[in-house]
Amino acid sequence: MKAYNLTHLKELESEAIFVLREVASQFDNPVLLFSGGKDSIVCAHLARKAFFPAKVPFPLMHVDTGHNFPETIEFRDQFIDKIGAQLIVASVQDSIDQGKVREEKGFNASRNALQTVTLLEAIENNKFDAAIGGARRDEEKARAKERFFSHRDEFGQWDPKNQRPELWNIFNGMKHFGENFRVFPISNWTEMDVWQYILHERIELPSLYFSHERNCFIRDGVIMYATDVIERKDSETIERMQIRFRTIGDMTCTGAVESNADSLEKIIEEVASTRTTERGTRSDDKRSEAAMEDRKKQGYF
Amino acid sequence: MEEGYLDMELLRFSTAGSVDDGKSTLIGRLLYDSKSIFEDQYEAIEASSKKKGEGQVNLALLTDGLRSEREQGITIDVAYRYFATPKRKFIIADTPGHIQYTRNMVTGASTSNLSIILIDARKGIIEQTYRHTFIASLLGIPHIVFCINKMDLVDYDEAVFQKIKKDTEAFASKLDVKDIHFIPISALKGDNIVNKSENMDWYQGSTLLYLLENIHIGSDHNHIDCRFPVQYVIRPQTDEFHDYRGYAGRIAGGIFKPGDSVVALPSGFSSTIKSIDTMDGPIEEAFAPMSVTITLNDEIDISRGDMIVRENNQPRVSQDLDVMLCWMNERPIQLGGKYALKHTSNDVRCVIKDVKYKVDINTLHRMEEEQSLDMNDIGRVTIRTTKPLFFDNYKRNRNTGSIILIDETTNETVAAGMILT
Repeated sequence: MKAYNLTHLKELESEAIFVLREVASQFDNPVLLFSGGKDSIVCAHLARKAFFPAKVPFPLMHVDTGHNFPETIEFRDQFIDKIGAQLIVASVQDSIDQGKVREEKGFNASRNALQTVTLLEAIENNKFDAAIGGARRDEEKARAKERFFSHRDEFGQWDPKNQRPELWNIFNGMKHFGENFRVFPISNWTEMDVWQYILHERIELPSLYFSHERNCFIRDGVIMYATDVIERKDSETIERMQIRFRTIGDMTCTGAVESNADSLEKIIEEVASTRTTERGTRSDDKRSEAAMEDRKKQGYF
Repeated sequence: MEEGYLDMELLRFSTAGSVDDGKSTLIGRLLYDSKSIFEDQYEAIEASSKKKGEGQVNLALLTDGLRSEREQGITIDVAYRYFATPKRKFIIADTPGHIQYTRNMVTGASTSNLSIILIDARKGIIEQTYRHTFIASLLGIPHIVFCINKMDLVDYDEAVFQKIKKDTEAFASKLDVKDIHFIPISALKGDNIVNKSENMDWYQGSTLLYLLENIHIGSDHNHIDCRFPVQYVIRPQTDEFHDYRGYAGRIAGGIFKPGDSVVALPSGFSSTIKSIDTMDGPIEEAFAPMSVTITLNDEIDISRGDMIVRENNQPRVSQDLDVMLCWMNERPIQLGGKYALKHTSNDVRCVIKDVKYKVDINTLHRMEEEQSLDMNDIGRVTIRTTKPLFFDNYKRNRNTGSIILIDETTNETVAAGMILT
């Protein structure tokens, strides 16, 4: 008899598609958070698969810190154009200009934390009742306990001690007026799964993920891009380095790794042999042992 | 790079154990010995171990969770962990073992193919072992692996292992468990986890990791009874797909093929399958747990909550159900109370008609005089729904035999149910 088995990638894909269709069914006004990073690109790809041959029935939203890599923005615009989706840009710069948040000062200044305010405001203004994100449970320990359907109160806050039990594949998206959900279709994927899937599906990515030469400097052991938006100390000298990025976020908190991996195959090889976590290059997680937990409680996605 | 990952399967397992059974150490050991730990993670726990004055690196710290848990030294909630070997990818539902957290164990077990139950070799079977095994059996987990841990503390004595094995088999025979395994281990020393123990020559069986990599999981899904709960209707309304009407969903059981005669419930209208579509192109057959889009040869009215099944193999259709309910909320069950109910893609309301008995989960005794279920209680309950449901017995199909109840005031999920009849 034939074996009716799915490979692990197909099973993860099927689970994610199920979750995305559940969002479209259970919510009136969902949005897919799109950062231009590989996880959100995979989510958008899965959303296309979930509703094919129709278009993705919800818009994509980018929370733009104003400190994005130009390559990310360029990729984002081409991608949106290609899939024919609607793009909403929520700007941290606007929040700063309107005095809703204050920019951090000093060498470690980052707009990463400010994103939360802009995100929550955009959710409120657009009356989104579900925001789909590409977070994975393997990324960080506070995320290991996250649900697929994560309930947020009217302040957008996460209460880890009071999460709804989530059983089988039955998702409870019921909510009161003003509350909303964060939904994570690729919760069960690891970094390796994401790369293997990108290779398998031949998904296009921003060039930042592949090895290239760039002006960099080193801070606290992390390779940072020597851009004007990061204030450098006198001791931090610029070097030309052969690098790539493992994650793509705001320029001020995204570290690079030295790498010659210029193809998906080589990246997978590198990921397989690498000995540090992906978020090990993210300075936003290093602020304290419970950094992610604290940010999530405040509404960070 | 090898293309081996294209053949990898996914195994979901849950772990249950009492406080100090060494569950965290076991998971830490699996992650560490299978080289799934990164340097920065290892350095972090190395530093914490030193800070706490522990002699060796405490692998249990790898599964440490939220700050509130670290402060109290306990686990509050189900945590999901991941590792992979060249053969399989594993998802661990790491569930806390305290008595008040039955709801977490049930949650973790609901998606698992396999459950690891830890028994301390020095203590043998204790109350919690009964409870964990009962829950695994109730949730229909196909494979149970009893790990007799801390064998190093009983001098790796075979007699200790055999005694616990015999005792466990005796009570497990009263439960509905298909496939049981026993492994003597020491999570702390690494015996029989990834590497075969040099201290227990008398044990000829496989190591835990070997078992996890090789246990047959292909039959864990129901490939007999065709069930397709319609999740979402796809209507592109573009020029190219002007009349396209596709029923999107995840196969809950059986194997569907183009040409199959099918019936839509509840309408009872029949048709044949025209195509099974995916973005990668149409496919020749679809089985659980695939997410696909089905089109039919006749235009019949089908919407979310309906179910497409085969003409000659239909689920039960009824408004009156008997379910084993695990209560998960601080507010106890309200006899005569109304709740929202979710079953596959169906949303209905229901009323609690009767609590037939509560199960003493330590002795499996039925307490028929009990008329209430409190948080973490399990009992047999009769409910009536506002609309008929299309369902199977939970033992036959976990997808079409499971429900959740939701409090309509708080919107919290208050109970999980396994349909009996």
